[in-house]
Amino acid sequence: MKPANFRWLHFPRVDIPLLVGLLLAALIGLAALYSASDQNPATVYRQVVRLGVGFTVLLAFSSIPPRLFRLWTPWAYLLGVLLLAVTLIVGEGRGTNRWLDFGVVRFQPSEIMKLALPMAVAWYLHSRPLPPRFAESGLVVAMVAVPMAIIYFQPDLGTALLVGVSGLFVLYLAGLQWRLMGATAALGLVALPLLWFLMHEYQRNRIRTFLNPENDPLGEGWNIIQSKIAAGSGGLLGKGWLNGTQSHLEFLPESSTDFILSVYAEEFGFFGVAVLFSIYLFIVWRSLWIAKQGHDSYSRLLAGSLAMTFFVYVIVNAAMVSGLLPVVGVPLPLVSYGGTSIVTLLGGFGILMSVYGHRRFTLR
Amino acid sequence: MNRAHRHVLKDQRLEAELFSRRVLVALVVILAVFLVLLGRYLQLQWLQHDDLSARSDRNRIRLQAVNPNRGLIYDRNGRLLATNVPAYRLELTPERVEDIGGTLEELAGLLDITDVHIQRFEQRRDQYRRFQGVPLRFLLSEQEVARFAVNRHRFPGVEIVPYLTRQYPYDELFTHVLGYVGRIDADDLSVLDGDNYRAATHVGKIGVEQYRESVLHGISGIEQVETNAEGRAVRTVSRNNPKPGRDLMLSLDIDVQRTAWTALGDSAGAVVAVDPRNGDILAFVSKPSFDANLFVNGVSQQAYDEILADAGRPLFNRALKGAYEPGSTFKPFVALAGLESGVMQHDQRVFSSGRFTLPNSERPYRDWQRGGHGWVDVRGALEQSVNTYFYQMALELGIDAMHQYLSQFGFGLASGVDLSSESAGILPSREWKRRTHNQIWFPGETVIAGIGQGANVVTPLQLAAATATLAAQGMRYRPRLVTATRESGSGDFQSLPPVSLPSVPIADEANWQAVYAGMIAVVHGQRGTAKGISENVGYTVAGKTGTAQLFGLREGEVYEEEQVAAHLRHNALFIAFAPAEAPTIAVAVVAEHSGAGSTVAAPIARAVLDAWLLDDAQ
Repeated sequence: MKPANFRWLHFPRVDIPLLVGLLLAALIGLAALYSASDQNPATVYRQVVRLGVGFTVLLAFSSIPPRLFRLWTPWAYLLGVLLLAVTLIVGEGRGTNRWLDFGVVRFQPSEIMKLALPMAVAWYLHSRPLPPRFAESGLVVAMVAVPMAIIYFQPDLGTALLVGVSGLFVLYLAGLQWRLMGATAALGLVALPLLWFLMHEYQRNRIRTFLNPENDPLGEGWNIIQSKIAAGSGGLLGKGWLNGTQSHLEFLPESSTDFILSVYAEEFGFFGVAVLFSIYLFIVWRSLWIAKQGHDSYSRLLAGSLAMTFFVYVIVNAAMVSGLLPVVGVPLPLVSYGGTSIVTLLGGFGILMSVYGHRRFTLR
Repeated sequence: MNRAHRHVLKDQRLEAELFSRRVLVALVVILAVFLVLLGRYLQLQWLQHDDLSARSDRNRIRLQAVNPNRGLIYDRNGRLLATNVPAYRLELTPERVEDIGGTLEELAGLLDITDVHIQRFEQRRDQYRRFQGVPLRFLLSEQEVARFAVNRHRFPGVEIVPYLTRQYPYDELFTHVLGYVGRIDADDLSVLDGDNYRAATHVGKIGVEQYRESVLHGISGIEQVETNAEGRAVRTVSRNNPKPGRDLMLSLDIDVQRTAWTALGDSAGAVVAVDPRNGDILAFVSKPSFDANLFVNGVSQQAYDEILADAGRPLFNRALKGAYEPGSTFKPFVALAGLESGVMQHDQRVFSSGRFTLPNSERPYRDWQRGGHGWVDVRGALEQSVNTYFYQMALELGIDAMHQYLSQFGFGLASGVDLSSESAGILPSREWKRRTHNQIWFPGETVIAGIGQGANVVTPLQLAAATATLAAQGMRYRPRLVTATRESGSGDFQSLPPVSLPSVPIADEANWQAVYAGMIAVVHGQRGTAKGISENVGYTVAGKTGTAQLFGLREGEVYEEEQVAAHLRHNALFIAFAPAEAPTIAVAVVAEHSGAGSTVAAPIARAVLDAWLLDDAQ
């Protein structure tokens, strides 16, 4: 018999501060996009529509109890792996196989995996006593490795790493032993040269360019040099909204997508960047705060991993456009112009809201 | 449902604490990473701001020279002789064109671009930097501009550039005095100030355009333009405006000029009119001429060939460089030389028998009238152009005294007019003959020099200037074209004072009056050689006819008699000034191969005098 108060669905109960943080970041993104798109209202409108869809998904997900997500988890994971496998055979994209075309919708199955993988790891670990044992951790690594490998062979190294990281964050939050992590890190360092041989030539070029962009200032190094010039010339106070010359004069490529932070930094200066980073930091902190109040370990692990993955997206993009990391195609969450990734991202925050709505009220 | 669940009991509280610890560690790391990133942006936007900001400006700011607008040229009444009109040219920037050969080929399929254009383009390329647009075609038609605009996307690095092109509204009428501007070539570059001509495409080649280049050109400006990543200028950031060239006002009068041009008819020749009061050149005609507009944007080979093939040699500036024997137009000057130096009195008579011989010589020097003119004084000698009178006078004067006196009128010397490449003519002397021919002087040469023949050579400009000096009783001014200049766009012209030259000294004014009387008699006297032009003349004209056997050959050229019919082997000349009492115009006319001065040249002079004197403005 179901308890009297059992409800499959309920009216969304969302964390208002987190929602405000997300909306603020999205609004800043729209302002930057309006400038970066040379004040093209059509581009901004498309982005608004995507954000609308994303926030709708957020609200929808927030009304689904974490228990249901947990029940669906294995199927989501299996579907994700299956679709990823299909992309390898029939996928589309510029020189890569990332996209699946369903006639109506065209999307990257790797987007599903961004949510499905941490869900799967959390699902696997939630019923086991934590911290996980060595064998369990090994199985988790295998769960992570399969989708990662497929995405890597699409090839999309950036997404592969980010997806993998989201799974490993669950393992970390579940209490993976520090010595195991240390040993793995050491092993990784040793394996780095090996990775070099596994990389595609274009990826190696990106690394070379990263190490010395001035080597080929008009070719591979162009993006990163112009990006740094854009941010640097903005100074502390910026050139003012719509006054950035680097993007408006087309020196800065990909100014609406991966490099939008440089447009923003040029026009709003260091203080603008500091404000945006504060908002991001607030979102991450608030998300982790929600994760801590999760009703069960599935909720906690999944919410925590989503929060940390969000942080990684921000950090990787910001480090990339400021020349601290090689150029990997990672958009700036909520700000970059882009399609399905916004929906996935806000879907993830929907899960966080769901966790918030079903938190433990006992522990205060 | 789960094995682990059955065997081991989960401790929810411990797990929650473990999770909280892990989150705390994560938060610390996250905060640290954010701070590192913030530090990175502080480094870029604060510490490296100056450097990166400069690079941003370098990215977008390019300096480019701005060509000043060329000064306009007006006639004495403020009517435009040379102006600037908008036009379009096609430019190709080598740096931005990957396959120049292929692009040129494709462009040729679209616009009128011939091998000659491409050839000139290749020559020009060396003079431009790689990022500068090199002109390929000038004066694009509206259709061509439209056709290119549609296809523009196919031609990155090729642009249509609006510019001002020089235009001469009177086509060929003023070419020999105004000259024209033409495209800067390698020779020009070696003498021009590179900074001031960085954006210039044209420079004055001949005439006033060349002589007054520095005034007309102005001072080049500098513009900071913002360029996009392609290098295309999208916005002007700041601009140091060029200083336009000054406008010039010339002494020329369009109506007088056109009258002279028309009056010359089909004859080749020259007409120069000068104001005796200040040296202002009122008309400066050399015929045939050519359309100056042809040369501004590069003359086509065909048009140039036609000009070169023209037997009348339109490129030759007869007024400035034509070498003509003055003939009898020299007589008033010789008369003054004789009278003023005292070898003859103005009322002294000489008998003309029609035949004059030197002592100890049988060779006869003739009068033009068979049987001679009888007893004549200086007035009659000028009226009827009596050779014997001047044979006698020259002989008594001697060539060196004659040379000395006549050079005071500017004969044998460049007039100093504000045009380049002027010829000096020849005023012979013993010294001159020894220097140029290494020969001694013969008395017979003195005799024919008295009637303006022999070695004497004048340019029409020289003859007009000397006539003006004669008209002004020895007051001499440097002939000039530019009388005033003004800052472009401002209303007021600033006049330049006339330049006076050492005047001809007067020994006895009666001598001058006698010569004037003789010249007036030429037109108004019963037996005047040009009395045909006195009909209905509303003022007094002083004139002198001349008919010379040589014609406008440059020094050293040979006259091929077979080419020219006998009656055309004479140049008709006429000098005149009017009104004789207070002259405001002096004119010299040379009409080549046309016959006698009295019948051909004098009417041309009359037309010019009328145009000047009967004009309301005067």
